[in-house]
Amino acid sequence: MLPVSYYVGLSAVLFAIGALGVLIRRNAIIIFMSIELMLNAANLAFVAFARVHEALSGQIFVFFVITVAAAEVAVGLALIVAIFRNKQSIDVDQMSSLKG
Amino acid sequence: MTPELITFILLASIAVASGLGMLFSRNAVYSAIYLIINFITVAVFYLLLGGAFIAVSQVAVYAGAIMVLFLFVIMLLGAEKLGRSGDTLPWQRPLAIILGLGLVAETLYILFFQAGELVALKDLPEGFGSPSSVGSVLFQEYLLPFEVTSILLLVAMIGAIILTRQEKKNAGR
Repeated sequence: MLPVSYYVGLSAVLFAIGALGVLIRRNAIIIFMSIELMLNAANLAFVAFARVHEALSGQIFVFFVITVAAAEVAVGLALIVAIFRNKQSIDVDQMSSLKG
Repeated sequence: MTPELITFILLASIAVASGLGMLFSRNAVYSAIYLIINFITVAVFYLLLGGAFIAVSQVAVYAGAIMVLFLFVIMLLGAEKLGRSGDTLPWQRPLAIILGLGLVAETLYILFFQAGELVALKDLPEGFGSPSSVGSVLFQEYLLPFEVTSILLLVAMIGAIILTRQEKKNAGR
């Protein structure tokens, strides 16, 4: 059995890639995908620590995180569709005005 | 080099490479496909860590349902490619890369030099992470959060419908 810290390290790397995606991309859909990647990295850390402590609660939390991510994606993509209808673009740089 | 370590390194490099591919590909559809590869690799990690049920639900919900929704919206909007807009914040990109590398460096430092090695010494009990054991914990200890989750999903569903509804009577806009 490998040390579980390898898995947690991988999860840190994936989280950093997701954070980088939120910071450097301008496409709103790709920013959403990066958020999914960060949630996924957190899930990997949860499962790794569930393995260390032999507690199933970590896996239950992963289940809840997956549910919340599904809800978040549904609402977020609905928002993106609404913004696209208004502005004909999903570039986040163009969403700088508060009014319409 | 044990077989376990070789498997881990192979899978980890696939995961990191597909994450970077998601980050740097110009076409949003390719990004979505890379992200699906990443999710499936992480599901294999869940299997290695003894979470069989979580691995299957990861593939079904994340790689299946959520990414199909993403691809559907990308193709619906026709927003595969975003024309290069002039950078309004030109200093943001190098700063983001420096800060991202700093985040990785300090987490890895804390993990490998401060926290000590996290080793799972004991073998897992029989049936750990199987659907029946996850189900019994979920429906006994976590019954209330489970029910709250259903309300959350209902609220998200209604919210998505209301946000995307075509408004009929605003001709003045």
